[in-house]
Amino acid sequence: MEHNVYIYILAMALSTYLIRAIPLTLIRKEIKNRFLRSFLYYVPYATLSAMTFPSILTSTGNVYSALAGFAAAVFLAFRKKSLIFVAAGACVVVLATELFMEILGLQH
Amino acid sequence: MNKDVGIKWKAGLKDGLPICMGYFGVSFAFGIQASDIHLTAFQAGMLSILNLTSAGQFAGLSVIANAGSYAEMVLVQLIINLRYLLMSTALSQKLSSDIPTIKRLGIAYGVTDEIFGVSILKRGELSPSYFYGLTMISAFGWTAGTVLGASAGAVLPEKLISALGIALYGMFIAIIIPPARQEKPVLFAVLSAMALSTAFYYFPILKNISGGMRIIIVTAAVALFCAAVWPYEENADTGEPKEREEKNDGA
Repeated sequence: MEHNVYIYILAMALSTYLIRAIPLTLIRKEIKNRFLRSFLYYVPYATLSAMTFPSILTSTGNVYSALAGFAAAVFLAFRKKSLIFVAAGACVVVLATELFMEILGLQH
Repeated sequence: MNKDVGIKWKAGLKDGLPICMGYFGVSFAFGIQASDIHLTAFQAGMLSILNLTSAGQFAGLSVIANAGSYAEMVLVQLIINLRYLLMSTALSQKLSSDIPTIKRLGIAYGVTDEIFGVSILKRGELSPSYFYGLTMISAFGWTAGTVLGASAGAVLPEKLISALGIALYGMFIAIIIPPARQEKPVLFAVLSAMALSTAFYYFPILKNISGGMRIIIVTAAVALFCAAVWPYEENADTGEPKEREEKNDGA
C-alpha cells in the first residue's frame, strides 16, 4: 500500500468530527423561527425511521429472522418497554428464529 | 452539584447499554472486514475510537482497500456523514446556551445516529454529563467489538453476531413507537419516512443513491412536510412540547 493507513484514519476522523462540531459550537442561540423549530422537531423521528426501514430486513442472517425480530420490537415498543428490553427482546427472537430454522433444516 | 453530575452520568451509562450491545455486534463485523484488508487490530481499534460511525467506517475501508486518494476519503466521509450536520443542529437546540465551547466539543465527538436518537428525545434540556455517559459506554462497545473482531474474528458464533445486528434497530423502534402512538403527526412522520426510504432502497435509479444521501433526502422531505402541515407547539414556560404531555388514557 503506498498510502499511509494512519493518514487515512486521521483524514476520516477529522472530516467526520468537523461535521459534528460545527453546528454544536456555532449555533448557541435558540432558533426562534417557528417553521425551523417545527422542522427540527420532526427530524429525529424521520431520520430514525428512515434508518430502520428497510435496513432492518438485512441486519440479521436472513429476512425471516429479521421480520420476526422487527415484529417483536414493534410489539414490545408498543407496550412501552425500555430501550434495553426492546433491543434484547429483538435479539433473542432473531436468535430463536434462526436456531429454529436450522433445526427444521430450512436454511443453512 | 457533583452528586447530580454523577447521577446523570450513570443514567447515561444505563441508557447507553443497548447502544453498546448493538455496537458490539456491528463493530465485530467491521473488525473482521478491517483485518481482511490487512489492517492490524490496533489500526482497526484506532479507526473505531476516533471515528465512532458505522456507515462512514465501512465506506472508509473500501477507500483504503482500493488505495483511493486522501481527498477521496474526505469527500466520502463528508457525504456519508452529512446527516450529522442536521443532528448536531437539532442537538444545539437542546443545550442550554451557557454550556461552554469545550463541553460542546466533547459532545460533538458522540454525535452518532444512536446516541443522537436516545438523547434528543429525552425530556428537558440536555445534560452534558448524561451525554458523556451515553458516549462512553457506546464508544467502549464500538471499539471493543472492533478490536475483538479484527484479532479473533472466529471466536464468537456467527448466529450470535447475526442476532446482535438487530439490536440497534430494536432500540430505534423503542424510541419512535411510543410518541408515534400519542401524536398523529409523529406517526405520519414515522410511517412516511419508512415508506419513502423503502422506495429509495428498491426502485430503479433511486436505489443508486447512497445510504447516507437517502437518509438525508428522506429526513428533509418528511420533516419539511410535517413542519408545514403540523407546526409544532410548545409551552413557553417549560419548553416542553404540549402534545407530548402524558395523557391519562390509562395506556
